[in-house]
Amino acid sequence: MRNILLESFRGALTEAPPDADGAMLAELANSLNERARERLGRSLSIRQVDAGSCNGCELEIHALNNAFYDLERFGLRFVASPRHADVLLVTGPVTKNMREALERTWAATPDPKWVVAVGDCARDGGMFAGSYAVVGGVSAVIPVDLHIRGCPPTPTQLLQGLIALLQDKKPRNNCEAAL
Amino acid sequence: MTILERCGAQAPTQESRPWPRAVVDADGWRFAASQLAEGLWELLALWAEAYVVHSAVRDPASGEIAVLSLPCAHGGYTALAQWHPPAMRLERTIRDLFGLEPIGLPDARPWLDHGRWGVKHPLGTAQSTAPEPPGYQFLPAEGEGLHQIGVGPVHAGIIEPGFFLFTANGETIVRLEERLGYVHKGIEGLMVDSDLDRAIQLAGRTSGDSTVAYAYAFAAAAEAALEIDVPPRAILLRALMAELERIANHLGDFGAICNDASFAVMHAQCGILRERVLRAANACFGHRLMRDRIVVGGVTADLNKDGRAVLRGLLGEITRRLPRLAELYDKTASLQDRTVGAGVLNPALASQYACGGYIGRASGRNFDARKVIRYAPYDQLVFEVPVLAQGDVNARVWIRIREIEQSVAIIRQILDRLPEGELRAAVSQTDTSREGAAAVEGFRGDIFVWMRISAVGAIERCHLRDPSWFQWPLLEAAIGGNIVADFPLCNKSFNCSYSGHDL
Ligand code: SF4
Repeated sequence: MRNILLESFRGALTEAPPDADGAMLAELANSLNERARERLGRSLSIRQVDAGSCNGCELEIHALNNAFYDLERFGLRFVASPRHADVLLVTGPVTKNMREALERTWAATPDPKWVVAVGDCARDGGMFAGSYAVVGGVSAVIPVDLHIRGCPPTPTQLLQGLIALLQDKKPRNNCEAAL
Repeated sequence: MTILERCGAQAPTQESRPWPRAVVDADGWRFAASQLAEGLWELLALWAEAYVVHSAVRDPASGEIAVLSLPCAHGGYTALAQWHPPAMRLERTIRDLFGLEPIGLPDARPWLDHGRWGVKHPLGTAQSTAPEPPGYQFLPAEGEGLHQIGVGPVHAGIIEPGFFLFTANGETIVRLEERLGYVHKGIEGLMVDSDLDRAIQLAGRTSGDSTVAYAYAFAAAAEAALEIDVPPRAILLRALMAELERIANHLGDFGAICNDASFAVMHAQCGILRERVLRAANACFGHRLMRDRIVVGGVTADLNKDGRAVLRGLLGEITRRLPRLAELYDKTASLQDRTVGAGVLNPALASQYACGGYIGRASGRNFDARKVIRYAPYDQLVFEVPVLAQGDVNARVWIRIREIEQSVAIIRQILDRLPEGELRAAVSQTDTSREGAAAVEGFRGDIFVWMRISAVGAIERCHLRDPSWFQWPLLEAAIGGNIVADFPLCNKSFNCSYSGHDL
């Protein structure tokens, strides 16, 4: 046990943080509110919601917690309840059978809140768009602040998006009412 | 006598490969049901088309597989589940999707249809309905001191959605009832009329953790149907990707199971190794999960010299580290205390359900499609299939550890013998419609695929049966008598797919 522990600390695994992605920053430029940023500081609690994914996106979201990406060093952490969350990280095309659960999770998340849609499916339904069982992308059900593309997005792409969420300070007009 | 002869089947269809398919009458269907009920045959899959139900059965004594088709002219057929309970959820699904009534089915409730699609029997007669979710009747639980705990569909972690209703007596679970279908995406509906390129991408998105195995199974079924010879290099590269996927998933789950027993060190260590596998996959094949790398006719990504070096390095690291993690697991009393004797799956149930993967093999069922069906290239590779009889969480952990070792050995053999050559055979047109089937061993168990392809190369019907269909019901059985707090641990040790099941 001692050897395993010591060995794993030899040399850092943790990656240098990626730069925030330019396109994502641009999307966020319209979506974040300065007052909210000040209130939250550089820390966000994230609740992940699978609204119909194939589970591929979840695998890479999980990877954010491994020693290479170590999400918590950015002040980002996953929480178990939407009531403790600032951010909903939603994956999947929203299935008709999950629509209500997603709406209720969103309603249970206190303001101010952000929604990040993860993966090509969450953007517009992806390959599942048009199915009798699928509503479409996440924005067809709840307002979305940021899309992170990919099938699935890599952990680096996920980090870029979430860091962008932390860095951007410009106000989001259509979010005023919710604050 | 063959399975089809014993069922009094008509002459098999000409176009069905590699396993014969034939029409049976009600008596033949009934006979198959009795063979299943007596445990003489196994049910591999059960699916439908507009006016016919199909079942794939296997005789474990001879290894023979055949597909029986029963026409349902009057919209109904004799339910297998009245004699063979593993068919239950499949028959509820056939009713939901096709409107074919399984006559005599002991459960009248819908399964995947939650009343929210706006259409009834979407793959059958498809009648529009107002989306009006009816309440779902959970099974009644009566008795003194019983209380119920409902969890889901959104769970307190990064996991897929489903609903679990626990009935407990104090801390002890008396019954678990699952309700699934939340992530039903209508994949089989989307498949219809798709060309093979699109259809295999859909197949690879049925359960993301098994994206290689699904594409592999889909490709194998299509190639059987169209009689395509896959180039030798592509055959080996497919298996290489499949083994990398198996290692990555087993590592992730090994860590996650230990994490559910509050042993975070193992989770961190396995997470590092898993990440190294995904990075190696990305370096070799250009995608961490190796998605869309298998296509009908071959593969789209090649392995170059650098890639070989990356893989040899990866295998070396796994070989160095895994034995120490296994030893740590074995010697940590607090872990053993949680995993030994927890969530025991009775071997009789594993065999009745023809339960595949590490769940079946940890409960004595010696079935691995790579070994039993012996599809290429596994017929040429040397490896063992670990089997244990205890059926508890601990046995499932050990099967996974042993399977990682075997996968490492398989990849080494592939690297040693990978021939130069083509990556993809041409996909030829046919002048008739063709049928093909395949079973491929994913990390979770055998994935069964059946399809009919039209003369112009479009999917007429494709069925994808996830191994979870025959595993989810057994989780209900295995959890009885355990304490509520052990559910996450037991559940993780099964790690059934929601998306693969909900389809
Ligand atoms: S974006 Fe890709 S990985 Fe994510 S849920 Fe959709 S199909 Fe799966």
